[in-house]
Amino acid sequence: MSSPEQWTHPEPGEGPAARAAQPSPEQVIAGLRATTEGGAELTQLLTPEGERVASPQFDRYVADIDGEALRGLYRDMVLVRRADREANAMQRQGQLGIWVPLLGQEAAQIGSGRALRKQDMAFPSYREHGVAYARGIDFRELMGIFRCTDHGNWDFKAHGFHPYTIVIGNQVLNATGYAMGQKFEGKVGDEDGEATIVYFGDGATSQGDVHEGFVWSAVYDAPLVFFCQNNQWAISEPTERQSRLPLYQRARGYGFPGIRVDGNDVLACLAVTRWALDECRHGNGPVLIEAFTYRMDAHTTTDDPTRYRLSDELEAWKLKDPIERVRAYLARNGHADQPYFDRIQAEADQFAADLREFTFNMPEPPPERVFANVYAEPSAALDAQREEYLAYLSGFATAGER
Amino acid sequence: MAAPVKSRQDESVSAVQTLTIGKALNLGLRAAMEADDKVLILGEDVGKLGGVFRITDGLQKDFGEQRVLDTPLAESGIIGTAVGLAVRGFRPVCEIQFEGFIFPGFDQISSQLAKLHYRTQGRIKVPVVVRVPYGGGIGAVEHHSESPESLFAHIPGLKVVSCSNPADAYWMIQQAIASDDPVLFFEPKRLYHNGQLKSEVDTSTTPGPLFASRVLREGTDATLVAYGPSVKVCLDAAAAAQEEGRSLEVIDLRTLSPLDLGPVFESVRRTGRLISVSEASAESSISSEIAARVQQECFYSLEAPVLRVTGFDTPYPPSKLEEHFLPDLDRVLHAVDRSLGW
Ligand SMILES: Cc1ncc(C[n+]2csc(CCOP(=O)(O)OP(=O)(O)O)c2C)c(N)n1
Repeated sequence: MSSPEQWTHPEPGEGPAARAAQPSPEQVIAGLRATTEGGAELTQLLTPEGERVASPQFDRYVADIDGEALRGLYRDMVLVRRADREANAMQRQGQLGIWVPLLGQEAAQIGSGRALRKQDMAFPSYREHGVAYARGIDFRELMGIFRCTDHGNWDFKAHGFHPYTIVIGNQVLNATGYAMGQKFEGKVGDEDGEATIVYFGDGATSQGDVHEGFVWSAVYDAPLVFFCQNNQWAISEPTERQSRLPLYQRARGYGFPGIRVDGNDVLACLAVTRWALDECRHGNGPVLIEAFTYRMDAHTTTDDPTRYRLSDELEAWKLKDPIERVRAYLARNGHADQPYFDRIQAEADQFAADLREFTFNMPEPPPERVFANVYAEPSAALDAQREEYLAYLSGFATAGER
Repeated sequence: MAAPVKSRQDESVSAVQTLTIGKALNLGLRAAMEADDKVLILGEDVGKLGGVFRITDGLQKDFGEQRVLDTPLAESGIIGTAVGLAVRGFRPVCEIQFEGFIFPGFDQISSQLAKLHYRTQGRIKVPVVVRVPYGGGIGAVEHHSESPESLFAHIPGLKVVSCSNPADAYWMIQQAIASDDPVLFFEPKRLYHNGQLKSEVDTSTTPGPLFASRVLREGTDATLVAYGPSVKVCLDAAAAAQEEGRSLEVIDLRTLSPLDLGPVFESVRRTGRLISVSEASAESSISSEIAARVQQECFYSLEAPVLRVTGFDTPYPPSKLEEHFLPDLDRVLHAVDRSLGW
């Protein structure tokens, strides 16, 4: 990609008309240009082959990650992937209404999630199961949403993890406001400062809310890390359908730094997110991180990716698997051996089995739950509506069994 | 109405086909695109994927990417650009993926789409259709089951309709596209692929008027009025009531703005009783409007107050609870009992 200086004054043959004459996305296979390479500016610490790359800028942010700590990150990713696969299977078996897979995005989520500190706040979209796990939320607590018994009931304050948001982009403005609050309360300015991180997809970057979040956070110097997981697809629409330039470069237009990190590299995601959070803690936020990654499964269990993407693309990305490269590094450097990997796999299987058992035994919510907590203050009209409905229900012979 | 809706009489394909609502919409869109090359489809995933409900399946393949646009992911953008395209002379049909996501576009709908014609004293026409899959019963997560139609019916300048069967789906979508006014087209998503509702659609007839309600079943003891997904519930309830010797009339509203209450008044004058059924919450809803107007017009004919069977005045609950929230056959019959027992 050319640098911003170049694209402010396009050379003849580089403008929109010239671009129109280039092969259409159809001809170059939709999305392929964008989906295989992260480009020269991709920050990477661990190659797909599991080799450590030195980074003068970011090495110091992972200086503490020794063999043991890296094994911890490996374990996190294996557990989360195994639970994700189990939930996917449970949906197929009719036990969940829907599942939103994170397959392939484990490094982006564990790397960034583990970069957060207790005092930080995370605003997820709906695919951030790995971040939830990293924030200490029991994976089982996510299942109510997907078994459709609740809309997400975890203690968001205790975990520093906001409820999931399904409306694309909304949480970006909510996070911006939250981060402004941290700033207004004087909680930023030194090493112990607070920061907020907000997760969204490449598709979301087209939403007005995300743009407004960029503007607000810049104007108020909000301590906010925008963490865009560019998994290449917004359901069937490639990133090209959202942007003409790499997403991280947009930050420049709003006046804050943007960086593209290899989203399949857990070490790089950890380092870059620590750096960005640090910037925010010290009052230098906001920062945009584009984690360049890939959604290795369908968008959700209701989606059919064979309609819009090529299996070749998936095969190419499998070679960049976020878990395999850590495994290769650990093995090559004598930090772990086969019995260790087998042990983690067995632990992951148990993790998944617990999830399954818990899910199958989740109680059905009672009918009065429909009316619960609509308002903070009681509403007489709604109370009457509830009583009327419960009386109606009790008129059925089988009402007690409902 | 600008462009008359054409029948497909002359075509070699059989004029009578057995269709679901989803397939009927697909064919209706296709017919509209064939009839007028100014008709465009815009939305998220409407191209290759055919929309998340596959309603636009195959259209991009046959009409190309300039007529079926996979847009960036932004509802305000979809509707705002459709307004501009319409000003330019196109007839855009926007797809909103699920009703719960229409709100980023609400500003464009209420500030521009609904008002441009009025603001310019009729110099600008904005023949935009916004298709909105709506309603519950599909076991979905939050924001995928709501019924926000009353919010749009309250905005002057917009027309709001909803279909409940394949023949209407096929014709109403074409009529909405042919209308020179902006039309919010609410589609009962849980009925899209419902095999029970499959029925014959004669694509060669001339359709009845778009903005008109219709009596679907005649009866003498009480009137049920509904629209969209609730129509099937009412028809099923009427069939069940008949077995108990009760005769219920069922009216499909079809048009929510303007409301066509003529057939409802007429019916209530005969039956003396009205039960209004919808999935939307009751307060300040289409049902409220019906109740107000019926008591005004039919005061001396009413034997019982107008009753409403609706979703509750709560946000849509987690879907494990939606059987409680959604009006079902039993709740409708219970209301019939109350009305008749007055
Ligand atoms: C405002 C809004 N419009 C449409 C949708 C339906 N929808 C759900 S996910 C999605 C694609 C999101 O893509 P992206 O932002 O890239 O995130 P990803 O799912 O790939 O992580 C769409 C269109 C929605 N949830 N919210």
